[in-house]
Amino acid sequence: MTTVLTPELTAFWDEPGSFTLAAYKRHGGYVALPKALAMQPDEVVQTMKDSVLRGRGGAGFPTGLKWGFIPKGGDKPHYLVVNADESEPGACKDMPTLLNNPQALIEGIVIASYAIDAHRAFIYVRGEVLHVIRRLHFAVAEAYEAGYLGTDILGSGFDLEVVVHSGAGAYICGEETALLDSLEGYRGQPRLKPPFPAVAGLYACPTVVNNVESIATVPYILSHGAGDFASYGTEKSKGFGIFSLSGHVTRPGQYEAPLGVTLRTLLDLAGGMRSGHRLKFWTPGGSSTPLFTDEHLDVPLDYESVAKAGSMLGTRSIQLFDETTCVVRVVLRWIKFYEHESCGKCTPCREGSWWVVQLLEQLERGEGSEADLDKLLDICGNITGRAFCALGDSIEAPVRSSIRYFKDEYLEHQRHGGCPFDPAASTLFAMESA
Amino acid sequence: MALSQEARARLEPDAAQIIGRYPVSRSALLPLLHLMQAEEGYLTEDGLEFCAEQLGLTKAEVTAVASFYTMYKHHPVGDYHVGVCTNSLCGVMGGDAILADLEDHLGIGDDETTPDGKVSLEHLECNAACDYAPVVMVNWEFFDNQTPQSARNLVDGLRSGPEGISPTRGAPRLCTWKQASRILAGFPDDQAAGGNTAGEPSLAGLNVAEEQGWTPGDDPAGTGSSGPSGSGGSPRRAAAPRPTSGNGNGKTK
Ligand SMILES: Cc1cc2nc3c(=O)[nH]c(=O)nc-3n(C[C@H](O)[C@H](O)[C@H](O)COP(=O)(O)O)c2cc1C
Ligand code: FES
Repeated sequence: MTTVLTPELTAFWDEPGSFTLAAYKRHGGYVALPKALAMQPDEVVQTMKDSVLRGRGGAGFPTGLKWGFIPKGGDKPHYLVVNADESEPGACKDMPTLLNNPQALIEGIVIASYAIDAHRAFIYVRGEVLHVIRRLHFAVAEAYEAGYLGTDILGSGFDLEVVVHSGAGAYICGEETALLDSLEGYRGQPRLKPPFPAVAGLYACPTVVNNVESIATVPYILSHGAGDFASYGTEKSKGFGIFSLSGHVTRPGQYEAPLGVTLRTLLDLAGGMRSGHRLKFWTPGGSSTPLFTDEHLDVPLDYESVAKAGSMLGTRSIQLFDETTCVVRVVLRWIKFYEHESCGKCTPCREGSWWVVQLLEQLERGEGSEADLDKLLDICGNITGRAFCALGDSIEAPVRSSIRYFKDEYLEHQRHGGCPFDPAASTLFAMESA
Repeated sequence: MALSQEARARLEPDAAQIIGRYPVSRSALLPLLHLMQAEEGYLTEDGLEFCAEQLGLTKAEVTAVASFYTMYKHHPVGDYHVGVCTNSLCGVMGGDAILADLEDHLGIGDDETTPDGKVSLEHLECNAACDYAPVVMVNWEFFDNQTPQSARNLVDGLRSGPEGISPTRGAPRLCTWKQASRILAGFPDDQAAGGNTAGEPSLAGLNVAEEQGWTPGDDPAGTGSSGPSGSGGSPRRAAAPRPTSGNGNGKTK
């Protein structure tokens, strides 16, 4: 029997009260913490290195390595900051995790903080998710009461305070250094790197910033062993993670699986595309990752294979669109998002996003030409690599990939004098009344 | 609106508590701004001034931060602030139609409020609920899988009183905008334990895995290409793997 799906973080979300400490403990929660506290912090870091867990927030940087960058000694406090900003179009895994199993994150926070010698941790959660924020406060309170947070945790002598901090609406605050500026009470604008947060992060002190899922996976690794975790996945992309399917699919939702699973397999488990329709294009890892088409159904969804096929694994946020969808409309809306969310700090992103939107709008109205496509690619090429942070780079991905696979659809707008698609056909209600 | 002496006296201890959470006081600015919205509904001159005083900043410094973030409002919004996700996926799945329909139905545009002050409307970017598209938020609670008709019914209900209206995934009792802002400031209400938060999409993979008896950590060693080489600790799901009925294609429903 092959374990195609590996529900771990998602394992008991179907139980009423799954978010409580009691439920988490019934399912093996807080087995890892005493184990970790009995180890030397360095050994915990080594275990994480051995697991080869790569950060689940998009960039895929090895988590153990990141923790190992925190300097030893020194008179500055260390901080752990959890990135719960989840705002990339398509990303929808961390919010359900926090709603349904927040204790996995809390246990992970204690272990991670112990490993990097931090005595304060912050959870920076996007503001537009009220119930998620309630659940986080609830989980933190329960953990304090049970002695998993506070002073002398489980008699180990280790102290940790955790603060839940709500953002206020700004996608850029998911970028780790913008997040730190925001957490310090400033406009959320990215910082120049280096210095990296491990050296000068929150309040210029050594800081680890990790994604929710990265930290929530730590307890499994400590309780089951690095080898167990690393036995899942592919050679360089170890372990399992949540794949989020959304759009024109029969059963959208969260599918936790070993890295390297293919969309063909996931789509099969999800009941295929909505009935009577076929896959046209999809994002492997959110809107900032180049589009794939139905040619890419068999690409193993691991970092290396996806990169080799011309895209990025990102946050495994798989948005699926069928043949009723206009690719120009979809791409334009994503770029409008980047235009809206550009923090304004650097010129290529601040100005370039507006230019790209203008050209795309013109093309959508049927007033563009083939020369405009070249202009678009030229502008994109001048943004990527010249922007201050990766938000600017994200603009190119959907534009270039959509022109690559659907150039004629752009031009069809010109021939048709506007969008040739019927927007009603792609809605959920069309689906239901069909 | 002016902050009364009474309000200041009430808010100062709250502000002190917020500031006390952080090693450096300025970190309290975002939650303090949420607190001002909890009191006045939006950021008034007095509210900005209050934050500046508490943190020893200038009002200009506070305003510079407040103007950066979309959740801070610079004019009054409705008791129920309705956000419609119109990012690509929700927009295509019906969000565009829902927003247009609500504007028409309520007679207000994006970022406007009904004359009775009950409902305001805003288009939203992706709210991390794409698997429930199209998504509408009311005071930052999830109303999943909406249609133009269901969204109309929702806003009509909100205008006649919120009784009986609960989010799809969220607290059973819908908060007002001001109450919600207080939670954002870090003063949660008593509703954390309420509400069903795992709809079908959240359980989609789990349901298939349960049908197939797939569990990480206790898959018999070496039985699958992606199976673990060893196991230790306790698996999250205590149940033994169920015999698998299918061939792994998952089409059992
Ligand atoms: C524009 C932008 C937005 C981002 N948003 C998020 C986010 O919402 N959540 C997240 O975990 N990482 C986000 N990241 C990545 C973070 O900068 C950082 O790499 C990550 O939090 C590190 O955690 P990890 O190593 O555990 O993945 C974003 C990056 C950029 C450039
Ligand atoms: S696109 Fe609407 S919630 Fe993600």
